Amino acid sequence: MTADRPIVQLSGVSKHFSGTRALENVDFACFSGAIHGILGENGAGKSTLIKIISGVLQPDSGELSVNGTRVSFANPTHAVASGIVCIFQELSLVPDLSVSDNISLASPPRRFGLIDKRAQRRCAEELLARIKCEDVDPNALVRELSLSRRQMVEIAKALGKDPKVLILDEATSALTSRDVGTVYELLADLKAQNVSSLFISHRMHEIEQLCDTLSVFRNGQHIETFAKGARTDREIVRLMIGREVDAQYPPKPAPKPRPEHLRIENLAWERQIKDVSLSIGKGEIVGLGGLDGQGQKELLLGLFGVLRGMQGRVTIAGRPCTPGSPAEAKQASLRIALVPEDRKTEGLMLAMSIADNLLAASYARVSDGIFINADKARQAVEDGIAKLRIKTGSADDPVATLSGGNQQKVVIAKWLMTDPDVILLNDPTRGIDVGTKQEIYRLMRDLADQGKTILLYSSDYAELIGCCDRVMVMYDGGIVASLSGDAITEEAIVAASLNVGGAVPHAVPGPSHA
Amino acid sequence: MRNARSPLAATIRQNSGFLGAIILLLVLYLIYNLLHPRGFSAALLIQNTNESVAIVFLAMAQTVPVLLGGLDLSVGAIMTLTNCVASVVVSGSPQQILLGMVVTLATGTAFGVANGLIVVYGRLQPIIATLATGAIAVGLALFIRPAPGGTVDDDISWALTNDLYELVDTYGWFDADAAWFSSFAWVPVPLLIVIVIAFGVWLPFKHTITGRTVYAIGSAEGAAYMSGLNLDRAKIAAFTLAGFFAGCAGLYLAIQTSSGNADITQAGAYTLNSIAAVVVGGTSLLGGVGGAIASLVGALVLRVISFYFRIVSIDPLLQPLVEGLVLLAAVSLGAFRTLRVKNQLALFR
Amino acid sequence: MKIAIPSLKSEDKPIFIASGFILVILSVGTVYTLSTQGTAPLLSPGYLLQQLQTGSFLGIVAAGMMVVILLGHIDLSVAWTMTAAAMMATTVGGDLAIPVGIAIGVGVGLVNGFGVAYLRVPSMIFTLGVDSVLRGLMVAHTGGFAPQDSATPLMRALASSKLMGIPSAIFVWLAVSLVIAIMLKRTAFGRQIYLTGNREMAAYLSGVRTRRVILASFVVSGVCAAMAGVMLAGYSARAFQGMGNAFLLPAIAAVVIGGTRILGGQGRYAGTLVGVILIVLLNSVLSIMQMPEAGRQVIYGSVIICMLLVYGRGNKVQS
Repeated sequence: MTADRPIVQLSGVSKHFSGTRALENVDFACFSGAIHGILGENGAGKSTLIKIISGVLQPDSGELSVNGTRVSFANPTHAVASGIVCIFQELSLVPDLSVSDNISLASPPRRFGLIDKRAQRRCAEELLARIKCEDVDPNALVRELSLSRRQMVEIAKALGKDPKVLILDEATSALTSRDVGTVYELLADLKAQNVSSLFISHRMHEIEQLCDTLSVFRNGQHIETFAKGARTDREIVRLMIGREVDAQYPPKPAPKPRPEHLRIENLAWERQIKDVSLSIGKGEIVGLGGLDGQGQKELLLGLFGVLRGMQGRVTIAGRPCTPGSPAEAKQASLRIALVPEDRKTEGLMLAMSIADNLLAASYARVSDGIFINADKARQAVEDGIAKLRIKTGSADDPVATLSGGNQQKVVIAKWLMTDPDVILLNDPTRGIDVGTKQEIYRLMRDLADQGKTILLYSSDYAELIGCCDRVMVMYDGGIVASLSGDAITEEAIVAASLNVGGAVPHAVPGPSHA
Repeated sequence: MRNARSPLAATIRQNSGFLGAIILLLVLYLIYNLLHPRGFSAALLIQNTNESVAIVFLAMAQTVPVLLGGLDLSVGAIMTLTNCVASVVVSGSPQQILLGMVVTLATGTAFGVANGLIVVYGRLQPIIATLATGAIAVGLALFIRPAPGGTVDDDISWALTNDLYELVDTYGWFDADAAWFSSFAWVPVPLLIVIVIAFGVWLPFKHTITGRTVYAIGSAEGAAYMSGLNLDRAKIAAFTLAGFFAGCAGLYLAIQTSSGNADITQAGAYTLNSIAAVVVGGTSLLGGVGGAIASLVGALVLRVISFYFRIVSIDPLLQPLVEGLVLLAAVSLGAFRTLRVKNQLALFR
Repeated sequence: MKIAIPSLKSEDKPIFIASGFILVILSVGTVYTLSTQGTAPLLSPGYLLQQLQTGSFLGIVAAGMMVVILLGHIDLSVAWTMTAAAMMATTVGGDLAIPVGIAIGVGVGLVNGFGVAYLRVPSMIFTLGVDSVLRGLMVAHTGGFAPQDSATPLMRALASSKLMGIPSAIFVWLAVSLVIAIMLKRTAFGRQIYLTGNREMAAYLSGVRTRRVILASFVVSGVCAAMAGVMLAGYSARAFQGMGNAFLLPAIAAVVIGGTRILGGQGRYAGTLVGVILIVLLNSVLSIMQMPEAGRQVIYGSVIICMLLVYGRGNKVQS
């Protein structure tokens, strides 16, 4: 029963998305009865790895073997049939069905061909009891449950499929600390039953406590696999960050006093933004750091007029700034622009032409009266394409035909056309190639030098370090660290994001919201 | 709190809208009977059920594609087609009549299958595909019956549109005057037919994997795919069932009117009313929530409201106006949700 | 998978196919008439103009419908908007007849737009409810009988007079077409319709006031339907119950055959124009052939399905 042969093995696996590499020639193996932790920064390729193992994605090249047999999964069902079960981040739950329906969605117990509700409920109760979730009513709709309960239902659903390999992708991020403890026990149980677990988490504490083998990924590559305890925390952080930074960022100007432009005081919204105060000067680039989902996106949306019921005070050049919609935010008195997180759904109309997308925010500027002035419009489009060096055949081509990097340039050019004073950027370089990234960095600095106020959220720590005059690290809706000058280091940002090290007074294994 | 865990409590909680619709229906119908000169009589009940069967079946038909998040604009046309088919084949010897009824229902079902195949394999939007197939169905109906008419066996027409007494008496299955029978001899046959189909076809379907997949697709198609459900089969099944229910409506309409009538306007009006009934019953047009029984109740609510115009001293000419206002009010109530949304991006998802 | 000629944009493909199909319809019809009657009325300008005159009502309704469909919505209230506008116009009479009719269209559009854009009720059901309310109001207004008022001379002139030998209804249709086409192509509002129809979230985040765009588009649809109603009343000399019923589904069909995506965001006005002509000529050829209503319906439905299948199937949904 010992694991001479890996239960899951990848050899030479690569996966690319529209020009950017997500995984490059990865060899990876995991063994029965192991709890295998996978570490890496945002975008290191962890998610792509597990999506390939669980059949959601198919590799461009390379082989996947289960128990020594080569396999190719066309969809998640095939992977489940081989005993590989992935706990998605509540992706596979149907909100309008009950908990018990969801737990045995694809293969419920049946009597006379019909779903046996009673047996199904019993089965759900057993599985929920196994993860100590007796408080979850199997008859409740998933819609009615809190996020943490949904995540536990997702875990119960995975258990019901009788896994040989269980993949937990940030499965604990939404859980209460009590549930996290339960999941730990569960994983130990499974280990005793010779089930292999792949555990992905941003939380070092969890990984250390739980895993017996660790693998570090960076930039789509498998860097190293080692046994727990073989390396110190500090070494692990180094491996995650890598040493290939620098040089690609434009030089930062020396710190100097700048006239304040955007001022945020005690901003709060729902449970996602908690008492945020921040002041940004003209010509300054301020970065927002931290793990995904700590309120950075909401902060940017709030400044842009998307959120209702914000508390606190925001001023631009001393005047109150309370836009009720993006349309108001971009007006002459405020001049705010936002480059949104997901360019495919929030930034672009993919089926429409490059010209239409570039003009989307500025039709008023190229119109005489109610009619669009064709000359002005063409001029504006040509300027935009030239300014950002967008590589395109014709401005009339659908924007979907461009590469990811050029698509993002279109989004940025669209906003520059409105001549904004405050530029909010939500992870603008995610999933685009290195060359374009560097162009965007240079552009940001140029804009800052022209006196623009820039607030940048990035999931890439290196980017924050290379580009920003100051970096605010957010955790659970609030700013937990404010770094500037030489204090902006990878170690400082990672430590504050993971909430370890001296940066934050309360170092707890996870956010404690229920 | 323990009580809140029982399946019954969950059912009540999750179906409060449905229960509200039932209570509304009962109250409306009670008051109607109180106001009606022949209130609480079996004759009135029979008359009312007869006038409701077709739209009830059609509302159930519309429900299934709506649960997918689609819409079937051909249900009224399928009803018209099967109505005309029935006016040709439902006559003759008892065996022929039975065969004719089967043929009628099979016609509706087959048309539903065709709709499903076109939507799934033609990858067309359901609304536009069924708009087109609806025209084809009406065309076929007109081929069969260019002018209203036809024959439906008188006995079956009489027996199925009255109470149980007449059914038994017509076919002489046993002594209809037997003492044990008298307590339910008054039950209208159309009511029984609806109940048997609703509980004998819809409920079992809802409890199959395919039926549950229909709900899952409407609620979260991505999650349904991730969970390894067979989406294509469920979509085809949904349209098939819609065709079957529409066939039931057409068959009953033929039996009730003893004729077939390929009326294009009527087909369109029935289709639109079926959508209204679905919404009033509480099924979400976005899919995933609701059910055919709810639509049955929704259709009855709309019917009872229209019955009122015969007895209350409101100008019957205002009937469509009141019906429209009821529909607008019903759908706008749900709109208050949008006023509570804090993140405006949530409105666009 | 057929690969389109590179110079041919995907938006234009339906227009070319539909235009080709119009030629097919004309040739089939002509061959039929030549072989049975020895004449070719389909090729005579007089006959064609007469067909287009009756088609202009549908054309105007379809123009408004297209604007709403470009947003990914639909306006099911056009039938009774037409009737209501026609009835109110004939009731008021005099110089105010046409302005009152148009005002009805504006009002209906505002109500529809408010329900869809601000209450966010699916347009399918909201416009259906509005249609029913309008029907109720009109039935109440007329007492359920055909109104005795007749159309004003101006209404009749717009619908049935001739200008330089060409029916003036066609000029009205052309004018509406020009306005809609220029609006869609050359105004900020028009481009914002496409942006919103493509992806409302991205349009909203680009600072487009998407709710106002939706509201205004329903007003456009309402006004178009009202104009068609007023003209139809002029053509028939009076308004009557249910006069708009025959226009709803053909208008949707014309828009879709013209290549406009039913989910919104894509489509050219030229396509809708071609779609309307296709439907009108298909109808006239079928009536020349004395095709019974049954055959017409079947052919009608089959044409829509076949054309959509030819245009290319939608993408398969995956997660």
